[in-house]
Amino acid sequence: MLDQAVRLLAYDFVQNAIAAGVVIAIVSGVVSRFVVARNMAFAVHALAELGFTGSAGAILFGISPVVGLLAGTTVTALFIGALGVRVRERDAVVGVVMAFGLGLGVLFLTLYPRYATEAFAILFGTITGVTRGDVLLLLAIGAVTLAVLAVVYRPLTFATVDPEVAEARGVPVRTLTIVFLLIMAAAVAEAVQVVGVLLILTLLITPGATAERLTVRPGRAALLSVLIALACVIGGIFLSLVSNAPVSVFVTSLSFAIYLLARFVVGPAVLGIEGRRGALGTLTETGAQPPAGA
Amino acid sequence: MTELADAALRFTNATLAYDGRTVWRDLSLAVEPGTFVAILGPNGSGKTSLLRVILGLAALSAGTADVLGRPPRRGNPEIGYVPQHQSFDRDLPLRGRDLVQLGLDGHRWGIGRPNVAARMRVDAAIEGVEAGAYADAPIGRLSGGEQQRLRIAQALVDDPQILLCDEPLANLDLHHQQEITELIGRSLRGTSRSVLFVTHDVNPVLHLVDRVLFVVNGRWAAGTPDEVLTSDRLSELYGSHVDVLRVHDRILVVGDSTGAGFDLGEPHHLPPIDHTATATAAAAAGKGTGMGPEAH
Repeated sequence: MLDQAVRLLAYDFVQNAIAAGVVIAIVSGVVSRFVVARNMAFAVHALAELGFTGSAGAILFGISPVVGLLAGTTVTALFIGALGVRVRERDAVVGVVMAFGLGLGVLFLTLYPRYATEAFAILFGTITGVTRGDVLLLLAIGAVTLAVLAVVYRPLTFATVDPEVAEARGVPVRTLTIVFLLIMAAAVAEAVQVVGVLLILTLLITPGATAERLTVRPGRAALLSVLIALACVIGGIFLSLVSNAPVSVFVTSLSFAIYLLARFVVGPAVLGIEGRRGALGTLTETGAQPPAGA
Repeated sequence: MTELADAALRFTNATLAYDGRTVWRDLSLAVEPGTFVAILGPNGSGKTSLLRVILGLAALSAGTADVLGRPPRRGNPEIGYVPQHQSFDRDLPLRGRDLVQLGLDGHRWGIGRPNVAARMRVDAAIEGVEAGAYADAPIGRLSGGEQQRLRIAQALVDDPQILLCDEPLANLDLHHQQEITELIGRSLRGTSRSVLFVTHDVNPVLHLVDRVLFVVNGRWAAGTPDEVLTSDRLSELYGSHVDVLRVHDRILVVGDSTGAGFDLGEPHHLPPIDHTATATAAAAAGKGTGMGPEAH
C-alpha cells in the first residue's frame, strides 16, 4: 500500500490534491479552535451551505466554482456580521439567511442541465479533482487567511475567552467578530474542497474539539489542532486514492476516530494529570474543596 | 488648581443619557491618586456606565471627563479592569497563567512570541495574588475565589494607575470576598493607584474606602462614608425617608425606596434586628452573598 502511495505521488492530480490539502488542513486546524471556543458551529454550517449556492451559481454562469464558493461564503459572512453581531441574535439571523440562500441554490441547480455530478462534488468534496489553477487559488486564499489570522491571533483569543476584559483593554471586540466571520468564510471555502458542504464540520469543528481534550495550553492546542487536521486530510486523500471511495468518507472517519481516542483514552490520561495538579493546588493553597467532579 | 490638575479622574458637570433616558446628570467629582472610591447605588443607576465612560466605551452626553489629565480613550494602558465573577467553561483550554498574560499583551496584534520579561511580569502578578499553586491548572476547574484572584492578577499585571472593579465580589462567598478584598487592599500599599469599586454591599470594603459615590435615580452624592452614608443625606438622595443603620460595624440602608433589590448590608449576618426592621430589606436583597466561610 505504501508503494502504491509513493507511485501515486508522481501524478499531477495527486500532487495538486496534496498541496491544496496541506494548506486547507493548516487553515482548518487554526480556525476550528476558534469555531469551537466561540460556539459557531451553526454559522459554519450556514456559510458552507451558502457557499454551495455560490458555487452552483458560478457553475451556471461558467465561472470557477471555487470563486463562486468564496463569494457565497463571504456574502453570507457579511450578512451575518451586519445583522447579528450579538450572540443572542446570531443564530436566528444565521437560520434566516441560510434558508433563503439554500433555496436560491436549489434554483441554480435546476437551471443547470448537468447538475448531478457537480452537485455531488460540491456537497461531498472532490479534492482529487482540483485543477492546477484551483490549487493556486486555494493556496492564495489560504495564505491570506493565515496572514490575517496571525495578525489578529492574540486579540481574537482575548475577545474569545474573555470578551468583557478584552473590550476594557481596548480590543475591538465587535470588529473582530466580523473579521472572524470573514476568516471563517475563507476557511469554509477551503475546507469544502476536501470534504464538501455537508461534511464541513469534520474539519472546522472536530480538530479544535479534539485538541481541547488533549491540552489546556492554548498554543499547544492550536498546534495539535493543525496536526490532527493534517493527519485527517492527507490520510484521507491517500486512503481515497488506494480505495476509490470518496475522500470525505475517510476524512470524517479518521477525524471521528481521533476524537474518540482523545476523548476517552489519551485525553483522560493527559488531562487527568493536569487536572489533579490543579485540584491539589487548590487544596494546599486555600484549604477549599477541589472543584466538583475533579 | 494644581491639586485638581493632578487628579487621577475628574468629572465636570458630566451627564450620561442613552435611549432617551438620563442615567445621571451634572456629576462633578475629582479622585485624587491613591484614593479608594466605592460606587454605590441601586441596580440600573448607571454605576457600570460610569466605568464604561472612564474606559472610553461610552461617551458623555454633556460635561467632561478626564482620565489622568486626558479625555477617556479606549485601551488606556493605565487602567486595569476586574469584572464580576463569571465562571469559565470547565473545558476551556486556558490556564490561569494564560488569562494573566492576556491582561499584559492580549490587546496587541500578532501571535506573540515567548518572552522572558513578559513571563517574569506574569509570574510576579501571580505571586502577588498567591495563585502560584494553581496558575497552571485549567482555569475553568478552579473555584470562584481562585478565578477571581487570577482576574486581579490580570488587572494588575500591567501596573495600572487606575483599577476599576465592577462588582468583583458578587457570586463569591463571604470567605472569598474577604480574601479578594485583602488582596486589593494589599496591592494598593506603597502605590498611588486609585480604585473605583462598584459594589452593592459596601461592608466588605468599608475599611479600605476613602470616598463614596452614591448614585440614585440620576442624582448623586459624594464624600467620605461618614458624610454620605447618613439617613439625612440618603433620604434626600432617594427623595423619601431612608434609615442608615450601623450595626456591629456594618452599615445597612433601609427604606421604602431601597426595596428594589438594593441593600448595603448583609442581612444573613445580622444580629437579632434581622427579624424586625430589616426583614423586608433582607427579602428584597434577593440573591444571597453566601452563608459563611464553610458554604461552597
